[in-house]
Amino acid sequence: MVLHASTAPRIEAAPEEATELVRVVALGSVDDGKSTLIGRLLYETGALYEDQVAAVKRASRLGGEIDFSLFTDGLKAEREQGITIDVAYRYFATARRKFILADAPGHAQYTRNMATGASTADAGVVLLDARLGVLPQSRRHLAIAALLGIPRLTVAINKMDLVGFDRAIFERIADEVRDFAARLGFAELRFIPLSARYGDNLTLRSPRTPWHRGGTLLESLETVKVARETALGPLRFPVQSVLRAEDYRGYAGQIASGAVAIGDDVVVLPSGARTRVLAIDTFEGGLREAAAPLSVALRLADAVDVARGDLIAAPQSPPSVRTRFEATAVWLSERPLDPGRAYLLKHTTRLVPARVEAVRWRLDPETLAQIEAQRLELNEVGRIAIHCARPIACDAYRDNRVTGAFILVDALTNDTVAGGTVLIDGLNDDRLAERGAIRSVAAEERRSRLGHGGAAVLVERESETAALALAGALERALFDRGCATVVVRSAEAALACAGAGLVAVCAAAGPELSRARLRAELRASGVPLAELRAGDDARDPVQAALAELRNLGALPLRAPE
Amino acid sequence: MSLSHLRELEAGSIHVIREVAAELARPVLLYSIGKDSQVLLHLARKAFHPAPLPFPLLHVDTTWKFRAMYEFRDRLVAEHGLRLIVHKNQRALDAGMNPFDYPSGKYTQALKTQALLDALALHGFDAAFGGARRDEEKSRAKERVYSFRDRHGQWEPRSQRPELWNLYNGRIERGESIRAFPLSDWSELDVWAYVGLERIPVVPLYFAAERPVVVRGGNLIVVDDQRFRLAPGEKPSLRRVRFRTLGCYPLSGAIDSDADSVPEIIEEMLRSRHSERQGRVIDHDEEGSMELKKREGYF
Repeated sequence: MVLHASTAPRIEAAPEEATELVRVVALGSVDDGKSTLIGRLLYETGALYEDQVAAVKRASRLGGEIDFSLFTDGLKAEREQGITIDVAYRYFATARRKFILADAPGHAQYTRNMATGASTADAGVVLLDARLGVLPQSRRHLAIAALLGIPRLTVAINKMDLVGFDRAIFERIADEVRDFAARLGFAELRFIPLSARYGDNLTLRSPRTPWHRGGTLLESLETVKVARETALGPLRFPVQSVLRAEDYRGYAGQIASGAVAIGDDVVVLPSGARTRVLAIDTFEGGLREAAAPLSVALRLADAVDVARGDLIAAPQSPPSVRTRFEATAVWLSERPLDPGRAYLLKHTTRLVPARVEAVRWRLDPETLAQIEAQRLELNEVGRIAIHCARPIACDAYRDNRVTGAFILVDALTNDTVAGGTVLIDGLNDDRLAERGAIRSVAAEERRSRLGHGGAAVLVERESETAALALAGALERALFDRGCATVVVRSAEAALACAGAGLVAVCAAAGPELSRARLRAELRASGVPLAELRAGDDARDPVQAALAELRNLGALPLRAPE
Repeated sequence: MSLSHLRELEAGSIHVIREVAAELARPVLLYSIGKDSQVLLHLARKAFHPAPLPFPLLHVDTTWKFRAMYEFRDRLVAEHGLRLIVHKNQRALDAGMNPFDYPSGKYTQALKTQALLDALALHGFDAAFGGARRDEEKSRAKERVYSFRDRHGQWEPRSQRPELWNLYNGRIERGESIRAFPLSDWSELDVWAYVGLERIPVVPLYFAAERPVVVRGGNLIVVDDQRFRLAPGEKPSLRRVRFRTLGCYPLSGAIDSDADSVPEIIEEMLRSRHSERQGRVIDHDEEGSMELKKREGYF
């Protein structure tokens, strides 16, 4: 039953063959058996050498059995305390893929190190102890994985040997995870019952879980879809430096997303200068075209002004250029967020002075409740509003994990104090401009005058009377809270009003089909949107809408008491 | 179509090298003549082509490297017109420091760690590229790509800067510095596969040949010059060996091998069950010795 069969290396790929690079983050704590799981995974995939195994065998106190957890504890303090403090990177390979596994600490006080490991991950493994099920910290791991945009998770329910490989226990835990994760929007969740200590369903299918059809953890990692969406999408090329040689001026960078070909029209941001790609240079010579994530140098047709920190982009779908934006951030410093303090924002290759204008709320990662907050403390996650001294060209993080990510650096101490993801609220969105939003007054000016941002609320009811009654009640509640608001009857009117900084309550009645069209139009516009769907009557709809609008920044902030 | 993992690693490393060169005022590339240094140098040349390398190379010389390494270094520098700074801890050498009379810990501290810190201070370098990989050793697995060092060049593993995405924080004050590790995510196998793919020249000592060997404490030590102190009655014998890792010759253990080409080395490595650092005599002094050395400023 105990599976020691695979001490020989199993790296079958000829190294010159194209194998795929996959970054995985493992979330869980020592108590969940994470170190044992990773140690054994390395051992069974042949990623460990004989002298490493011998050293661990000497240190193991398990009477001849290998203590797999000893392969992974790196720092002296960690060995002393028996916990994982900092993220460690492990490497193993199979015939198809080379894995970079970020072994992230599970304890709440090391959330910042966990964020370090999770930020670059293509996929995640979340560990649970079958005896304990979903713990508060498991919920926190799931919430942060979602925040950092890890689309696909494998949930490893470990220590199944200690619950007799009981299918009912496995299913109950899986259901609980599904329920919680439903609010977080993962693209895929897989569940695997395993025992890291005995190797069940780790790299070899276990005969002790005949009811399990989902394969092993290694199979899951080998087959999980790694969305290299970066290679699709519109071109984003952050300029790292200007390369100069005799008769040569090229712009060095790594393509963040999309592809570029000789002759392509491009726009340089934030200046907005238009030009064409003259050449794509590499050490080996010129390329006709190149795609993310290649590092290249671009030469441009016109003598436009380009410097480090500029972004070269596809002009037909450019990023948003702005000095103010909303973001979700995880606070990484012992010194709490201070709106009076000077920070530097690093976004792609651009470093700009910035301030945090407001903290909208902080997240309770265990209940996902949004709690009113004046600041963020170490390891807390929340919504903030940022104001940069100079514009940045960014995308929403959900659209682009490179141009939607930033860090904040304390200008005085040089510490990295926050990691953040950009939320685009749609007010400066070009799609909205085409719909007739008036651009002569900037959205920020409107926001500053009205004390809140624009938004739309879709109020859907079967009957017209019901829709108008609810819309009216919501309009009154908003008005009483100091909100500039209006009731409208079409998507077009809602978008125009929201674009002008109002909260547009859009009453929609009639058959599902026509409501669906209106709904789709509002959703596609990118405008901050709250929805009250028909048949969604379990709660107080007005209060629900107010709560959502607060999250969208569309309610005036209460005056300090 | 996805890029092969080597090309993706290459693109990421070039990104790091360019970031350091753009953000820090006076970077230098720590050049140790080994295979990792060769890969690092190759990537650096790619990163700035057709412009010349915007930083010099620094070789911290203990004077105890293999002769073949010095020859290789000097030929490479001449061939590519590179700027090379060679730095020695002359005071320690004058005082008679050598790998025979001193414990390896003291030797390393004086001729490597101290020499490196002195060289960085002397030239005012605020960033140093190293070829270290995270798969080499336990404490390396925890190191950031940008590793912050305080005014004394020391590493504090418990308060490393968080490093999210590829947004590196290169902000430092005068006297502080960054050690940058563009090869962090490469494995030993990746390095050899890339050496083969890109036809990167490496010191011939990596390839098997008949060499004069003595066995010391289980290590195969190649007697490279007249300075080697043979024990009474000890006689080097010819043995077909090669090195997985190169350093000071009296402290580098060779392995028995017939691999005399890159594909054969890769083949051998896939069969091998010994980690690369085992041949390094200085790493085994005590449990956690690499972490200690790194905290003091060692690469």
